[in-house]
Amino acid sequence: MEVNLRDPKSLMKLSKLGSFHQSKLSFLRSFLNEFKHWEYRRDLFNLDQKGFGRAVYSFSKNNRTYSLICFANEIKDEERSDRVIATKWDAAFTLHDGVPSENDIERLSKEVPKQEVGRLSYKELTLSRANKSVRLFNHVVECLSNGEQPDINILSKVGYLYRTTAVYGSGKFGLADRFRIKNRDEILGPFRLEMMLVYLVRQFTFDQVNHIAKNKNPSLAVQLDPNICRNLGIGNSTGLGMAPFIVNHPALLNNWIFAREMALKKIREVEKVSKEDFDIFKNCLIKSLKNVTSWHTDSEFQNKKIQKLLIDLEKFINFINKGTIDNKPYLFNEIYTWIEDNLSDECIEYIVSMMMEPYDNIVNPLLKNMSADEDKYFNIPIDRTVEELRNILEKNYSEILKIDFSKNENNQNFWFISKNKEEPRLADRYNDTGAELEQPLAIARDIKKLYEILFVSKNSLTVGKFLMEHNDLRHVVRRAFVTEKFPYAEIQDNTIGSNLMPIDMLRLKLSFFGAIKFDPRSDKWLRICMFQGAPLPNELKSFDSHWVYNSLN
Amino acid sequence: MRSFSEIETAVKRATRGIGFSWGISEEVGKNIRLLEMFGLPGFKNINQYFKIIKTQEFEKISTVSSINNSKSLYCPITMGVNFFDQSIHLKDANNIEITNLGFPLLFIPFVSRASEVIGKRIFLKIDNKEFLFNFNQAVYSNYLSGDIVEKGEKISLKFMDNNNLFSEEEWSELYKISENTFVEETDELKKSAAGAGLTDND
Repeated sequence: MEVNLRDPKSLMKLSKLGSFHQSKLSFLRSFLNEFKHWEYRRDLFNLDQKGFGRAVYSFSKNNRTYSLICFANEIKDEERSDRVIATKWDAAFTLHDGVPSENDIERLSKEVPKQEVGRLSYKELTLSRANKSVRLFNHVVECLSNGEQPDINILSKVGYLYRTTAVYGSGKFGLADRFRIKNRDEILGPFRLEMMLVYLVRQFTFDQVNHIAKNKNPSLAVQLDPNICRNLGIGNSTGLGMAPFIVNHPALLNNWIFAREMALKKIREVEKVSKEDFDIFKNCLIKSLKNVTSWHTDSEFQNKKIQKLLIDLEKFINFINKGTIDNKPYLFNEIYTWIEDNLSDECIEYIVSMMMEPYDNIVNPLLKNMSADEDKYFNIPIDRTVEELRNILEKNYSEILKIDFSKNENNQNFWFISKNKEEPRLADRYNDTGAELEQPLAIARDIKKLYEILFVSKNSLTVGKFLMEHNDLRHVVRRAFVTEKFPYAEIQDNTIGSNLMPIDMLRLKLSFFGAIKFDPRSDKWLRICMFQGAPLPNELKSFDSHWVYNSLN
Repeated sequence: MRSFSEIETAVKRATRGIGFSWGISEEVGKNIRLLEMFGLPGFKNINQYFKIIKTQEFEKISTVSSINNSKSLYCPITMGVNFFDQSIHLKDANNIEITNLGFPLLFIPFVSRASEVIGKRIFLKIDNKEFLFNFNQAVYSNYLSGDIVEKGEKISLKFMDNNNLFSEEEWSELYKISENTFVEETDELKKSAAGAGLTDND
C-alpha cells in the first residue's frame, strides 16, 4: 500500500504548523544521539563564593573539540530582563571551536558578556546569554545549603533554573560563517551547535547552584539530586526574531517538514506493526500525558488548546483501548485515518510525533537530510517562460491566490526591522508608521501581485525578459521556482492578515528544536523549555531514547 | 572581523535602503559576499557607490546589447542584473562592449554567476584589468589592488568556447601514461565478462 504525503496546501497553514510538537526528528534529540559517544569534560570551573566567574565545558572526539565558555556575572535585580533590549545578563556563553587558550578566554571575557555589541571571531560558533529564574534558583540554593532537596512541585511549575533569551550562530556578530564548518559530519543536522550550547549551559546551571549552596553552608550543603537535575531543562524566551527565519529559509523549511511527512508516510505504510513497536507507541503516549498535565500557561489561547488536547487524548486512548484495531494490517494508517476524522490539529500532530517513537529505522535516515544550502537555489532560472512560472503559481499557491488583498484586513500588518535592536517586529499598517520600510515577508500578497501581472503577460516571454519590467517582484519570482523543487517550502497563509498569530510561526520552529511546554505570553512571544528530562552529560553513553516522556513532573 | 554573513545582510539592507527592490537587494547582498570571498574589495566599492549615487545620476539600462554606449556612467547594479537576466540570449553575441560603466567591480559577480548559469567561461576586461570567470568557481585576474574603481571606460566581455586548454596530442601523451594502471585480461576472463555467452538478439 502506498500512502500519499500530506497535501502542503492544508499542512502548511499557520494554524496547523502552530500545532506541531517535538518528535524524534527534533534537533535537541538528534544532537544527543550524535554526541553521546563524545567525551564530555568540565575543563575549568573558577567561580567565587557567590557563583560569579568563568567555566569551560567541552565535548571531544578524535581531534575535534567544542568548548562552551561561560561567564557568570553579578547583576542587580532591576537590570535583569528577558527582553532583547537588555544589556546585562546573569550569564553569557559562547561555543568555541577547539580548546580555548588563556588568551582566547581573556579576549572573550571582554566581548561575550556584551552580546550583540561585542565582537566574536571565526573561532566562535554560537553565542548566548541567560537569566536566572531567580525565585526558583534562590529556592534551590536555600534548600541545598540546608541539606535538603528542593520542592519538586515548585520546580515543576517552572522547569528550569535559567532561561536563555537568545542563541545566535551562523556569522552573527563575527561568529564563524556556516560555510567554514558545514562539511563536518557531526553537525549535519540543523542547529546542532546551538543545541550543544544550550545543553552544556544546562549543566552549568546545576554546577553553579551546587557551588553556591556549598559555599553558603559548607558543612551542611548537599548536591542537587541527579533525578531532579534530569527533570530540569533550560528555559527560553522567544520573540518575533525567530518568525522571519522560516520565511527566509524556504529550502530548509521544506526539508524539516518533508522529513516529518516522509516519516509519517513510511510509518503508515508499515503493514505489520509488531506488538513491541505498538507497545512503545502506547507507553510513550501514556507517559507523555504528564508533560501535558504539567504544561502551565496563563495564555487563554494555549490553555484552550491544552484542554482540547487532553480531551482528544482521552478520546484517542479510549479508541485504542477498545482493541478493535490491534490486529489490523497497516495499524498506524488506521490510527492516522481515525485521528484525522475525530481529533483537533493539536492532538493529530501530537500523535504523529508519537508514532515516530518506535521507528529509529525510519526516522534516523531522514535526519541527515534536514539541513539545506539555500544558496544552491538562489539563481532565478531566467530561461524559463512566463507560462511555466504562471503554472507553478497556480499549482503551488492556489490557496494564496484566493486571498483578496483589496481588503484592508488582509493587509493589516507589516514586518519591519526595529532601529534600536535590529530585530524583526510586526506593526499595524493603518495605525503605525514605517510601512514604507516593510520587509519582504508579505509573500502571499506579492505572489498574488505577481500572478496578476503574469496573467496578462505573453506566455512565451522568458523570465529573464519578464524581469526587465518587474524587478520589484524579483524576490517572489525566486521563491516560486524554489517551491517547484520543494513542496513544503512555503507557508500557505497570509503573514500580514489581521488574524495572523505570529506565535504559530515561532511554535513551528521551536517544535523542530524539540521545545516543550509552549507558554505564550502574548501573541508575539512565548516561553518554552528545552532538554527537560534529558540525560545528564555523564549519562550520555547509555540513555533511554524516549527520555522526553520520563519527566517526574 | 566581519563575517560574510554580516556583510551580506548589511549590503542587502543598504541596497534596499538606497532604493533598489528587495529582489535586487538580495542579489547585491550575495554579490558583495562573493566578491569579498574572492578577495576583491566589494564592500568598499559599494559603500562608495552608495555615497555617490545620492548626488550623481547613473544611466539605468534595461536591454543589454552587444554594444552599449553611454555618455553618463551606467549603473553597475542595473547593468549587472540585466546582463545576468539576459545572458542566455547575449551569449550568442560572443562579444559585449560597454562604454562608461560606473564602479565596474560591482558588475563582476553578475558576470561570474552568469558564467555558471550559461555554462561558459567569460573573459572580462575593464580597461587594463583582466578577469577570467570559471563557472563561478574561481576568478583569475591581474587586478590585485584593493582599491575603489569608480569608472571603467572600456569594458569588453567575451564568452569563451567550451574548448579544452590542451591539444589532442597532449591528451594522447598523458592518456598513454594512465594506461599503465590497466591490466591485460586473459581469454578466460574475457569470456565471462558482461554480455558474454549471449547473442545480442535474444
